[in-house]
Amino acid sequence: MKLLRQIWDELVGMFVDDGALAAQTVILVAGVTLAALLGLPALWAAAVLIPGCLVILGASVMRAKKR
Amino acid sequence: MLSPSALSTITAAFLASFVEVVEAFTIVLAVGITRSWRPALIGSALALALLVILVLIFGPLFALIPIHVLQFAVGVLLLLFGMRWLRKAILRASGFIPLHDEAMAFAKETDLLKRQAADKKADYLAMAAAFKAVLLEGVEVVFIVIAVGTAHGMTFYAGVGALTAVVLVLVIGTLVHKPLTQVPENALKFTVGLMLTSFGIFWTGEGLGADWPGADLTLVALLVVLGGFSALAVRVKRGVGT
Repeated sequence: MKLLRQIWDELVGMFVDDGALAAQTVILVAGVTLAALLGLPALWAAAVLIPGCLVILGASVMRAKKR
Repeated sequence: MLSPSALSTITAAFLASFVEVVEAFTIVLAVGITRSWRPALIGSALALALLVILVLIFGPLFALIPIHVLQFAVGVLLLLFGMRWLRKAILRASGFIPLHDEAMAFAKETDLLKRQAADKKADYLAMAAAFKAVLLEGVEVVFIVIAVGTAHGMTFYAGVGALTAVVLVLVIGTLVHKPLTQVPENALKFTVGLMLTSFGIFWTGEGLGADWPGADLTLVALLVVLGGFSALAVRVKRGVGT
């Protein structure tokens, strides 16, 4: 049971380290997907991912405290 | 001549798998040297068998998913996975979190195994340690191969990259017979984070229906932009210093 728990934690940990980074990334993708569904050209919606990811990554890095 | 997409698929799978296999190798080596090679090899073999079973069960299911949905889902997972690696690599490069130390991981595992040596279940515990290390790192390798390979029908290239990494680590590890401490792990993780995030943006966009200008060459442009931004982030973070 402990091993299963560790495997599960490892699987989640593969995608989520800084919770805010993961949540903001999901919100960004949901936003651009909605925009594409509402008629924004797919390439424009996809292009928004580039600055969006940079901003999210930069903010996450700047938030991090020294360990 | 390989396309930029095939080349980046092989490279990403190779580098990411190399890092993961080095970490698993450290633990298996600690078990083999401290306890004996029997539990180390049995634990590793059982984990590899379980990974193969998982791939055989779940692999064919991907063929049933429409390609745009698959590209979108894989793209989003790669974004989460790649940005996490990239963030950690930036923080390690700027000195905010310590570098991963294979020698320390080896010493920690060796110490634990020595303390368990008197236990009746010492062989079982040693085997479990090897099993867990290979399984947990192996799950990441399987994810990487499937993720970077499936969305563009390049699982073969991704598999070749990963298998090359496994063979290389085993050959080097067998020759030196100690943890591979000289591997520039953070530089590899930095590169992999950049590549996986680029793949993530590219495939999420394709999943949305975007035709990127220059097709696969967009991956190169994404790498340059992300690389420049990450280098800047390291400089800024070093300057902040707290």
